[in-house]
Amino acid sequence: MDFSDTREEAAFRADARTFLADNAEPRSGVFETWQSKYPDYEGLKRAKAFQAKKAEAGFAALHWPKEWGGRGLSPIYQVIYSQEESRYLVPRGYFEIGLGMCMPTLFTYGTEEQKRRYAPAALRADEVWCQLFSEPGAGSDLAGLRTRAVRDGDEWVINGQKIWTSGGHWADMAILVTRSDPKAPKHKGLTFFFLSMKTPGIEPRRIKQISGASHFNEVYLTDVRIPDSQRLGGVGAGWGVAITTLMNERLSSGEYRGPDFEELFALARGLKLEDGPAVKNAAVRERLADFYVKTQGVRWSRFRTMTALSRGDTPGPENSIGKLVNAAKGQDLASYAMDLMDMGGMVIDHDWAPMRAAFQEALLSSPGSRIAAGTDEILRNIIAERVLGLPQDVRVDRELPFEELPTSKR
Amino acid sequence: MNFDFSPDQKSLRDQARKFLAEHASSTRVRRVLDTDTPYDAELWKGMAEMGWQGTAIPEAHGGAGFGHLELCVLAEELGRSLAPTPFASTIYLAAEALLLAGSDAQKKQWLPRIAQGDAIGCLALAEGPAAPAPDTLTTRLAGGALTGTKAPVLDGDVADFAVVAARDERGSVSLALVDLSGPGVTRAPLKTVDPTRSVAQITFAGAPAQALGPAGGGWELVERLMDRAAVLIAFEQVGGAQAALDMAREYAIGRFAFGRPIASFQAIKHKLADMYVAVELARSNAYYGAWALSTEAPELSVAAAAARVSATEAYFHAAKENIQTHGGMGFTWEFDCHLYYRRAKLLALMLGSARRWKDLLIARLEARADREAAAGAPAAARA
Repeated sequence: MDFSDTREEAAFRADARTFLADNAEPRSGVFETWQSKYPDYEGLKRAKAFQAKKAEAGFAALHWPKEWGGRGLSPIYQVIYSQEESRYLVPRGYFEIGLGMCMPTLFTYGTEEQKRRYAPAALRADEVWCQLFSEPGAGSDLAGLRTRAVRDGDEWVINGQKIWTSGGHWADMAILVTRSDPKAPKHKGLTFFFLSMKTPGIEPRRIKQISGASHFNEVYLTDVRIPDSQRLGGVGAGWGVAITTLMNERLSSGEYRGPDFEELFALARGLKLEDGPAVKNAAVRERLADFYVKTQGVRWSRFRTMTALSRGDTPGPENSIGKLVNAAKGQDLASYAMDLMDMGGMVIDHDWAPMRAAFQEALLSSPGSRIAAGTDEILRNIIAERVLGLPQDVRVDRELPFEELPTSKR
Repeated sequence: MNFDFSPDQKSLRDQARKFLAEHASSTRVRRVLDTDTPYDAELWKGMAEMGWQGTAIPEAHGGAGFGHLELCVLAEELGRSLAPTPFASTIYLAAEALLLAGSDAQKKQWLPRIAQGDAIGCLALAEGPAAPAPDTLTTRLAGGALTGTKAPVLDGDVADFAVVAARDERGSVSLALVDLSGPGVTRAPLKTVDPTRSVAQITFAGAPAQALGPAGGGWELVERLMDRAAVLIAFEQVGGAQAALDMAREYAIGRFAFGRPIASFQAIKHKLADMYVAVELARSNAYYGAWALSTEAPELSVAAAAARVSATEAYFHAAKENIQTHGGMGFTWEFDCHLYYRRAKLLALMLGSARRWKDLLIARLEARADREAAAGAPAAARA
């Protein structure tokens, strides 16, 4: 067990420090995210500019093969870079889907020409990607999706509706799963494509979330035509491709971006309760310790994972625990911080509330973290089935033709 | 960076697991459970032949001179197997106390015997059913004689010597080293919630005692000892919690109800998933503690408290939900579920409760934040 850098790692760390010092914005004293400082399209514009510099300097995709703009490094270098980057206010939540999910899928199923055409552009954020997966009737049960793909010569004609499409309103490109054969059992009638979001017939509509922000969209697809050359994987083999995408999601998501233990601890040190500083109250101390232990448990679990990855292991389903723990913890922590503020906790006014209302904002955004990228319940199923090897639930939808399955009452 | 045990340490783990599967099987553990036998002396001897007691004792004192990482590896396996031996008292507490504060003569007297498996040690701290504290200790050390009553003392009934926290002539807390075979020592076993481990009340009536470590430095030593033991016990707890999870998993897969394995019901799957998450977080916190202990890092006090809290909660959670997963069978003497349940609670208390460790953890984080603020470090001062 050793936390010190090897000589190569130390040299890389020094390079990363230099790059960040020259190009990134140091964090201010107050908790803030890129999105809270630079809202909406302003945030995107600045994020793209930073991403282009990051790609130029070779820090954007450390573990990608060199031919696509990466450095072919082991994941430990990503940890080192992330450690250095965490001292700065950097964009998060703009390009992870494209780089962490869409590109790995393209690397597995695309042609050489397609990789050459799309990977460097995604890396520099010249093109932003989104993921047209979930539907109003198919969320956790993604394979229940109904968006139809009908073949017409060398093209496919797509009709249907997607939802929860993060960044769909500003994305340039998308990956898409469709139902090409409703007579086949549900997992066997799916086909996977990628396409330009500028294709005629695509209409994203932003959805207003409970936090008031609008990060995601419903996307309507009406007679959208896609050339067959943009199909990834075989006709009817789309489920396997989607699984590739989702396996990569485990690594690229799950980093909690709201206020965490450090902010709660600072709050408790600064706030006065009826009997003195909050941090001196026995009940508060007990809760603080609970949050700390979970936070650190996830942190050191990541180090264990990265150590395994550095030795060449593939990312396994055990990585689901970080997201499962952090999302629920973030919600509880935000709520508890507001309790400490007592009556004042009601106020979400940034100029009035402690830490520019970061906890109040997190109260309203954290329910989404427990749902996006695998709900708490789905993640527990994944741990139970894929890590612990427990049998699947009894399924009524495995063998029947998809069109004969019972559906929700309207 | 490498956050894992080495190949050599892993092969030690495999070797230990194999040895304990045979020599600390359920049948063997139950020999201690079902009789008045305080511990498995044959197993203790076998462990000594494997060199385990001497793992972290320097070669100069008859040990193997490995580090604490090797001891963590053994601790996890001992916890997994429920081995009924005085290993924790002797090695994590008594031997550590001698290594931290013993004079050369004291080390020479006890360490080689410990390494051989010929001496059992214990730490006598508590004085009744309450958290021990420097202000409330009543046991007295005066003129080389110890007077007072200590209980509960884990392995106090079988120990050859004790490290005793007492109030000295100046009223401050000092540690004393006592040969329990000497005069003025009366011992009575107390029934414990985990009969595979034994506990005693020890009454000292002017028992001859030597000072261990500096006069007045007793409480500080107790705290250092507790931190070090907390990491090692965390590994025992993680091992036990993992065993309870494994047991629940195996039963749920094999047990059919409503025409299917109960492991296919989400109520059971999610229960087991939560057990897994708790065990993994505890394991990761324990790893960080192991790193801090093995490198004598200044982070040890925070890392040890976090490891202790995390492992204590994970083990009790896994042990109680293992019983629940087994249904009625889990509530029988015949099934091993209760052995983990009992051990989980015993380990949860033997170094002080999670409540107290949480308080310590926050106190230490406060102290660290104060130091960082004084040094002008920006990270902790984001208010």
